[in-house]
Amino acid sequence: MNVSYRWLKELAPSIEDSAAELAERLTYIAVPVDDIVWLGEGLSDLVVGKVLSVSKHPKADRLVVCQVDVGRQEPVQVVTGAPVVVEGAFYPYVGAGQALPGGQTVKSVKLRGEPSEGMLCSERELGIGRDAAGIMQLHGEFKPGDSLLEALELDDYRLDIDVTPNRPDLLGHWGVARELAPGGAADLQLPAFPEHARVEYSVAKAETEGTTAGVTVRIEDREGCPRYMGAVIRGLSVGPSPEWLANRLRAIGQQPINNVVDATNYVLHELNQPLHAFDLATLGGPAVVIRRAHKGERLRTLDGKDRALDREMLVIADAEVPTAMAGLMGGEATEVTESTQDLFLECAYFDPKRVRHASKGLALDTDASFRFQRGMDPEGLPCAMQRVIELILTVAGGTVDGDAIDVHPSPLERRFVGLRPRRVNHLLGVELEPGTIEDCLRPIGFELREGGEGVLDVAVPTWRPDIEREIDLIEEVARRYGYDRFPDEMKTFRPTIVREDDYVDAFRRLREVMIGFGFLEAKTTPFAPEGEGEVRLLNPLSEREDHLRSDLLTGLIHRVEHNLARGQRDVRLFELGTAFGSAAGPLPAESIRMAAVWTGRRAPSHWTGEGGEWDVWDLKWVLTAVAAQATPGAEVQPVDHASYSGNLEEPLAVVTPDGRTLGWAGRVPAAAIEAPRWAGAVWGLEIEVAPGRPETVAYRPLPVHPAVERDLALVVEGRIPTAEVGGVIREVAPATLESVSVFDVFEGGSLPEGSRSIAWRLRFRAPDRTLTDDEVDKAVNRITSALQEKLNVAVRGA
Amino acid sequence: MEVFLSSLRELEESGAAAIAAAAAPEELERVRVEYLGRKARLTQLLRGVRELPEEQRPEAGAEANRVKNRLLELLDQRASQLAAAPAAAAPGTDLTLPGRGRWRGARHPCTLVADEICDIFKELGFVRARGPEAETTWYNFTALNTPLDHPAADEQDTFYLAEDIVLRTHTSPVQTRVMEKWKPPVRIVVPGVVYRRDPFDASHAPAFEQIEGLAVDEGISFVEFKASISYFVRRFFGEDTATRFRPSFFPFTEPSAEVDVSCLLCHGEGCSACKGTGWIEIMGAGMVDPAVFDNVGYDSERYTGFAFGMGVGRIAMLRYRIPDIRLLYESDVRFLEQFERA
Repeated sequence: MNVSYRWLKELAPSIEDSAAELAERLTYIAVPVDDIVWLGEGLSDLVVGKVLSVSKHPKADRLVVCQVDVGRQEPVQVVTGAPVVVEGAFYPYVGAGQALPGGQTVKSVKLRGEPSEGMLCSERELGIGRDAAGIMQLHGEFKPGDSLLEALELDDYRLDIDVTPNRPDLLGHWGVARELAPGGAADLQLPAFPEHARVEYSVAKAETEGTTAGVTVRIEDREGCPRYMGAVIRGLSVGPSPEWLANRLRAIGQQPINNVVDATNYVLHELNQPLHAFDLATLGGPAVVIRRAHKGERLRTLDGKDRALDREMLVIADAEVPTAMAGLMGGEATEVTESTQDLFLECAYFDPKRVRHASKGLALDTDASFRFQRGMDPEGLPCAMQRVIELILTVAGGTVDGDAIDVHPSPLERRFVGLRPRRVNHLLGVELEPGTIEDCLRPIGFELREGGEGVLDVAVPTWRPDIEREIDLIEEVARRYGYDRFPDEMKTFRPTIVREDDYVDAFRRLREVMIGFGFLEAKTTPFAPEGEGEVRLLNPLSEREDHLRSDLLTGLIHRVEHNLARGQRDVRLFELGTAFGSAAGPLPAESIRMAAVWTGRRAPSHWTGEGGEWDVWDLKWVLTAVAAQATPGAEVQPVDHASYSGNLEEPLAVVTPDGRTLGWAGRVPAAAIEAPRWAGAVWGLEIEVAPGRPETVAYRPLPVHPAVERDLALVVEGRIPTAEVGGVIREVAPATLESVSVFDVFEGGSLPEGSRSIAWRLRFRAPDRTLTDDEVDKAVNRITSALQEKLNVAVRGA
Repeated sequence: MEVFLSSLRELEESGAAAIAAAAAPEELERVRVEYLGRKARLTQLLRGVRELPEEQRPEAGAEANRVKNRLLELLDQRASQLAAAPAAAAPGTDLTLPGRGRWRGARHPCTLVADEICDIFKELGFVRARGPEAETTWYNFTALNTPLDHPAADEQDTFYLAEDIVLRTHTSPVQTRVMEKWKPPVRIVVPGVVYRRDPFDASHAPAFEQIEGLAVDEGISFVEFKASISYFVRRFFGEDTATRFRPSFFPFTEPSAEVDVSCLLCHGEGCSACKGTGWIEIMGAGMVDPAVFDNVGYDSERYTGFAFGMGVGRIAMLRYRIPDIRLLYESDVRFLEQFERA
């Protein structure tokens, strides 16, 4: 919210701090100030010019030639294309050779032959408004040559304060001034307007219905509207606001509209009370009825939109139809226009929840709805009503007809909250005296009295709907005392009994493995198009990605595409994250996964020419290492296509000892990735991560006796898997077989068609003795005959 | 005997010289075969021991063994010398050529930062906890004292999966889940992904990492809250980093605070990184609101505590001077590789 420094100082003359000091103080005790802007930036060269005469340009229809008094001995001639220039009126003037706020220097020029010395400026050119079409006429009396800064009261600072949702009282200058004035609320005053019209009127009170100046005001929905004040002003004339009023609004970034709207806006930003003015002539009855919208009712609001209403929405209606959305926006039909002479003025308190319902339902956010949703001050209505009536009469003329009416069916009770000073000190960890607590609370409107038994009864001011509990008061004490004044002393703490998350260790081990292989950890967003996810978002950011991913691999493949598209051919990515699936319960199933994708060379290229591309054997080794960490005891096996629904080519599976498949790896098919022709094969894996740690390693004694190695070249027929041959070897070998490994595979040559020669190295060792050649020969014979018998595998050359 | 001993000594000396002269492992192997192999001279000499007179045999045998052992020892020494200075040491090799490389992996900058944050809080007794990313509105809002019909619920734009199921907008629901399961003392940190319905731009991502912290026990006060957070700031950002606590509003903490640290670039002087203020916002925090305790059945008169939450990506961006949050999620290898040494 924007606040003007000058305005604050007018309300609280005791404030002596600079704008920057105020901003810092507000940040330390209440809410942060996001920005401080000096409004005079770049405007110091400009002066007020008075147009003495306007004549047609002899050669151009769209241009006029003006003689302008800018406070020098002779008037200057300015040629302008502005649609309207009024003789005798005042305009901002910038001389030739001087600069506009944007830094652009104005030059002395000839326009279609007529010399032009300087410029008359628009609001846009001055950086104080949006209006770029016409030059900015200044309303009021000025001396030509006066500094524009002074004339427009732009020697001011705009503070952009970031008001938290719990502090509706800070949404107006009055509340901010109360927070900042050295003496708090006691320092505040409402200054008189220039040429202030003092107004005397009386207030007629009513419970649910009353009449003033012929207008019936009736509250039918007491819950939605606990208090409604109205007044009738007759005989005013709608027109531009005087410069001082327009300046005030511009200072806080608001665009002046007309004197009536500007007056309500002024009081909104001063006293934080949203107001609304109806053109009385348009109200049927005339009546003002505050009620629920009827089923099927519609209202065209000020923004020109035709809106369908529901029963929960609160409206203002005349005798027949809705005329405004209560607390949100007026209706187009009852809008104040240039021709309005008589007004019905509304100053009311609307229920926060009902305004919120309508705001959400109509997708309509306004200055008023923003405030009503957060809770306004129901006791602030009479003062705001008085202020706005005086302001309207000051700037638009007219008189108050009859009484102001105050319909007040549900007066709110004054709220008292108990506060135990001992609890304050217990929670805050300091020893504050009762006097200190009182000094924190009293200036901002709290009243404290002894409630007995160490409890203070604290009366909460009506503008603080957020203070309901003792803890709310403790926060008030802490922030007004100053967070920075509390010491930071470390105390001893008891260790927690909460057990650490089971996945922490698994994540750490998996990262170590992948980083060891040279992979880069990626993080991707888990949104996916239909077909890549099962769980749908009701309100996705984009219709294209309206699901949650059901795997990590697909998203990572897109990240490889991203890299390939940037000319990166060596990509190694892995991600640890969540995949979502549909589930029986209300929440989707979440599965913790790790996926990896890679392509290109298995090592950076080297001048020796060594290296080569990643292949399926790298894939298998990476998967084996990952499987060991992701799920202790899991094994890597080829899968047959019948039991595999994924699209990886030559898939390998990770299977647990109890037969569950936890993940897959394989080659990413060309159809599944958009890759340039020069890209290499793309490999991928995805595996479910199991929580917990692997079994603690138990040391095995190092061997003391020598090993005996034997190499066997086995000729294997057809497509008998190597793993099966290895299985037979292990099955029939004695316990002294320490390890079996394949060291060569050979096809073709003199081998029979369709056969392979697989060379195995068998290592034997006994823990307690040196093996004899005889023993080993016997074992090898047993193995070779078992192979011959079971798989028809022969020893090559035998 | 004399002949035997002198030829033995001659063999010892020539063997020692040959070993010392061997310039490569292959050459050394040839020397080994020549002197100690099956048909080697020493083996031949040893066989000759049997032909000596009975009484001379022990001495001759002992001497022959000594020579054999010495040569074996010299061979070993030379072998390890050659291994320590392999072929590359040979004169003429251009050592300015690049070495043989291996890919180096890297943790994601968010992981680096999250791990470091968790490690620092571990020093203060916090253990890691985790919770689901899809949550009920009860856990995400209501249990955290945030009624859905209050404007405070608007502060975070929420992704919905069903009317009462959301993608969590913060890691705070894990507070409730942990407190429902365990009694105080509770000290947890919760790293995890959270979701806000913000389109990607330089400073927003629709899914990003956050770290939550929660400490609950008897007698935890605002003073310890400040001390714990300041301890973290000094350990993470450096001993001379100042911490500022200022009022803020979160429905589930009260008093609430926004925590700023003195700008890491200008040290409080004011620069573009801190928008001239000298301070950089790093976390929202505060004392746990008693309503949160009431919702999990903790006695809010007996127990007090503090909680905090911070954006991991934001802290990573501060630490590594990353200007655009999208870099964290694009997975460009040229970006990720920069964290190999981090």
